[in-house]
Amino acid sequence: MAIDRETVRRIAFLSRLKIEDDKIADTEDEFNKILNWVEQLSEVNTDGVEPLVSVNDTNLTLRQDEVTEGNQADAVLKNAPQAQYGYFTVPKVVE
Amino acid sequence: MTKLTELTIAQAREALKKKEFSAVELTKAYIDEMNDKRKYNAYVFETPEKALTQAQKSDEKYANGTDGVLEGIPLGIKDLYCTKDIRATACSHILDGFEPQYESTVTSKLLNAGACFLGKLNMDEFAMGGSNETSYYGPAVNPWSKDVPLVAGGSSGGSAAAVAANMCAAATGTDTGGSIRQPSAFCGITGIKPTYGRCSRYGIIAFASSLDQAGPMCKDVRDCAIMLNVMSGYDAKDSTSAKVEVPNFEAFLNQDIKGLKIGIPAEYRPDGLNTEISALWDKGIEMLKARGAEIVNISLPHTKYALPTYYIIAPAEASSNLARYDGLRYGLRVNGEHLDNMYINSRTEGFGKEVKRRIMIGTYVLSAGYYDAYYLKAQKVRRLIRQDFINAFEKCDIILTPTSPVTAFPIGDKSMQENPINMWLNDVFTVSVNLAGLPAMSLPMGLSHDGLPLGLQLIGKAFDEGTIFKTASALEQDAAFRKGMK
Repeated sequence: MAIDRETVRRIAFLSRLKIEDDKIADTEDEFNKILNWVEQLSEVNTDGVEPLVSVNDTNLTLRQDEVTEGNQADAVLKNAPQAQYGYFTVPKVVE
Repeated sequence: MTKLTELTIAQAREALKKKEFSAVELTKAYIDEMNDKRKYNAYVFETPEKALTQAQKSDEKYANGTDGVLEGIPLGIKDLYCTKDIRATACSHILDGFEPQYESTVTSKLLNAGACFLGKLNMDEFAMGGSNETSYYGPAVNPWSKDVPLVAGGSSGGSAAAVAANMCAAATGTDTGGSIRQPSAFCGITGIKPTYGRCSRYGIIAFASSLDQAGPMCKDVRDCAIMLNVMSGYDAKDSTSAKVEVPNFEAFLNQDIKGLKIGIPAEYRPDGLNTEISALWDKGIEMLKARGAEIVNISLPHTKYALPTYYIIAPAEASSNLARYDGLRYGLRVNGEHLDNMYINSRTEGFGKEVKRRIMIGTYVLSAGYYDAYYLKAQKVRRLIRQDFINAFEKCDIILTPTSPVTAFPIGDKSMQENPINMWLNDVFTVSVNLAGLPAMSLPMGLSHDGLPLGLQLIGKAFDEGTIFKTASALEQDAAFRKGMK
């Protein structure tokens, strides 16, 4: 499955990354090289094989849904690039 | 007399108990080494004052007999671990200035055992890389370099370089596809990636959550056992950490390996394998045979599919994990006109080339229309790879292989810079273990013709690190690698 420039642009946007116009062609080539390489997996017969999601055999445990480490607003905001009145602040979303 | 910084944890601990020197003296000796060896670029952030404060407390504890297992032992911490109020950046520009407000479970266990932290160690950005060259802070340099600076391996390159150059008594690493074992092999040290779930991942900056594991990187096998015992254990804060008992790993050292069945997988000796590495592997086999172990030929038929499987699953998980870096809550923010521009600008400026590449691959293989063809297919092959190991372990107790198909290569190697797949191929002997969730250790066994360390890998059954320690301690004695070091 080869991908084209439009797909590269779309994937970049989904990833919230900017690729300069003069780099699109290189990225497309590199992507196709990598996809060609992983294509070898199609040789493997996986009929009837269940996908492996986790190597843990144990089931996840349930716990009570209760606050264990609350009231840490200051710690949560400590690393914020911008914060005001106990909130993270961002550029205007709505005009 | 041996320099203080050359002592293993076990040796230093004994001397500290006997008050041959103080924890403060030991810490100062390491700080001097760090100052002298900045050229290796092993540390990206040093915390000498904090280390000395902790060492003072350790001396008090030795005085009043309340010393912990790692009391006064100076460690280096991979920059992927969150350390309270101490910068943690995963060596990425996007986490500029990030000071975690909490401590990772593994580092808090080490602190509770009395260790002191000398600083944060260099690594590939978000642990994505096999040479430490994707670090925002530049590559760590292999202390075994002669004329040309060589890579320390990756992603835990700073950890390996620091241990090899005696810039810490031991270090923490993490291993998603070989990131503890390959740099350990390149730098002539011993490192173990335990079974998936053995150590809590809480507070370790996530790369590929179904593969990431913490582990120690040390001067010898015994130190790995001591460190791993402290680092292991169930943690309610990591839902994938395992509720299994942690045995005393040190108790396995020096046990008889007579009758132990050692599996040798045919697929790990491809045509054209470096002859020195192949010969070293044979040497290891002979050593185990001489001690009465039984050599069993095994097959891991899906080995050649491990790398492409890994390079679908790991980027897929990474693209999801790294979606959190949006310039909003921590780290670098590059403003834009609108919110979406702020995300795009922050991520575009904050992430390096390899990380962007993997985020995009991951986004692609998870996107509508391609999910089944790539991601689901890879998960199915992953099961087959794991099944290969389950089948093999019906015939043997432990598997012996080389750690890496190559020795440390020069920084800036052209073929690897030009084609990322060439760099990824270096993980060929290590990634299967992560896909299967198994424990594996790399230990230094000899030197190449040009004087560079070569390592062998021991792969164990799930939660059977004990057999790894048992076998490794035998190989370590026979290879006598550390005794041969200058």
